[in-house]
Amino acid sequence: MNFEDTSLPGLGVRREITLASGRRVGVVILRDGTMQLIISQREDPDACAAAIPLSTEEAGAIGAMLGAPQLVTQLSDQHRDLPGVNTQQFVLSHESPYVNQTLGDTHLRTRTGVSVVAISRSGSVFPSPSPGFELNAGDVLVIVGTSAGLENAAHLINDG
Amino acid sequence: MDGTALILVELGAVFLGLGLLGRLAARVGMSPVPLYLLGGLLFGSGGMVNLAGISEFGEIASEIGVILLLLMLGLEYTARELVTGLKGAWLAGIVDLVLNFTPGAGLALLMGWGFPGALVLGGVTYVSSSGIIAKVLSDLGRLGNRETPVVLSILVLEDLAMAIYLPVLTATLAGLSFLGGLRAVGIALGTITLVLLAALRFGPQISRLIHSSDRENFLLKLIGAALLVAGLASALQVSAAVGAFMLGIAISGSTAHSATKILEPLRDLFAAMFFVVFGLNTDPTTIPAVLPMAVLLAVVTSLTKVATGVWAARRAGIGVPGRIRAGLALIARGEFSIVIAGLAVASGAVTGELAALATAYVLLLAVLGPVAARLAEPLSRPFLSKAAPEPDTAF
Repeated sequence: MNFEDTSLPGLGVRREITLASGRRVGVVILRDGTMQLIISQREDPDACAAAIPLSTEEAGAIGAMLGAPQLVTQLSDQHRDLPGVNTQQFVLSHESPYVNQTLGDTHLRTRTGVSVVAISRSGSVFPSPSPGFELNAGDVLVIVGTSAGLENAAHLINDG
Repeated sequence: MDGTALILVELGAVFLGLGLLGRLAARVGMSPVPLYLLGGLLFGSGGMVNLAGISEFGEIASEIGVILLLLMLGLEYTARELVTGLKGAWLAGIVDLVLNFTPGAGLALLMGWGFPGALVLGGVTYVSSSGIIAKVLSDLGRLGNRETPVVLSILVLEDLAMAIYLPVLTATLAGLSFLGGLRAVGIALGTITLVLLAALRFGPQISRLIHSSDRENFLLKLIGAALLVAGLASALQVSAAVGAFMLGIAISGSTAHSATKILEPLRDLFAAMFFVVFGLNTDPTTIPAVLPMAVLLAVVTSLTKVATGVWAARRAGIGVPGRIRAGLALIARGEFSIVIAGLAVASGAVTGELAALATAYVLLLAVLGPVAARLAEPLSRPFLSKAAPEPDTAF
């Protein structure tokens, strides 16, 4: 699916996709880096029913929220034939001791046996992140492992 | 009180007054420009109080105000946006020019103000206020609308047209011969092409030359470069403002962004001074006589702007409600109409009546333009389509 970019001279850029229902959903990215979430109106497709200002963090959270489930569904589908293997997503909270640390610093694999297969941040997905990958608050970690391993991983990510 | 003390007191009173007016404007959500003009009118020659002391400082300050206004306008756009805008919307630009320049120019000719007068008043009615309109569109949450790029590209073309128009105006007002005028336009066109090419090719290098991580250093370099370029342009009879505009276009990327941030307070200060000085130089007792004419001109040029917007939006495949929004959004006139009238008044080549007319005209449309833009939603309600119900929806 392609983003459609339209230049707003002097102000920024509008980036949107057109849904199957015909609605436009996207963002207006202003010069100063602030964003607005836009959703077109039904009665007048040229106009917007909503234009909601978002902070970078909020935008990232929405992006991760929308992006991660798809990844998890795909991975779960692939693992369906392997009993005991589960895929789950965890959001790295502000309080986590691993914010601004590398993925290697968590020693997740050694300590719990699970694997981080992808990290979703601000709508982009980083597949197979290396141990040097620096974690940010709000990152969504997609993790594959056994149920017990995933439970341990959840504790470890939150409390160290 | 001796001279300096008087000047300081007068300046202080003026800025304080403007601050209060600006606060009032912000409270009712309107552009402060008309209030600054009104403030100037009240205190100028023939007004309630005569502020003669600050006229010398005011002249220079308002000159710098115009330079900063145009510099910031140039900073807003990247060369690429201007070139893309030119390619995509030139026809709309021409329709805009023909429809909106003609009423002003025609009225000036009817009044017997001659060719310079026609050029000035045509410019005043032609150029919409990109500042007011961008603010209104953003306030009304219309940045994501499909007609918004159409409106913005018309504004871009108007601003770009200023780069040719202002040198022509300067040459005409200076009473240059046809050949001299042609030379000024040639230089202006040559510079614009050069600057656009240079900005497209060497934008990052030019920006690096100006850029500095130290605020103070950066500010001094920026202002220095702007005044230098403006002065040189003025010496070449190309209009100081256009030089600053070109410099703004040449600076791009993150440098342009931080330059905007640094310059904004200075621009606000000096531009406010410019509007006040323009008001000061206009005799308020001349306004009532030209008011009917200003109202007529405002009505006619509002209709022509609406026609421009409707035409351009229709051509871009926008539905009827969007066309109405685009048309009404374009009505507001403001800072650049005053810049044009200000240049004319400063040259002494046009009658005071014209300045009074321009003031009354801008006062009307800077206030009514944003109001008109808000009328679009109720006006376009009958044209909304009854969309089939969508299972997902709360809107």
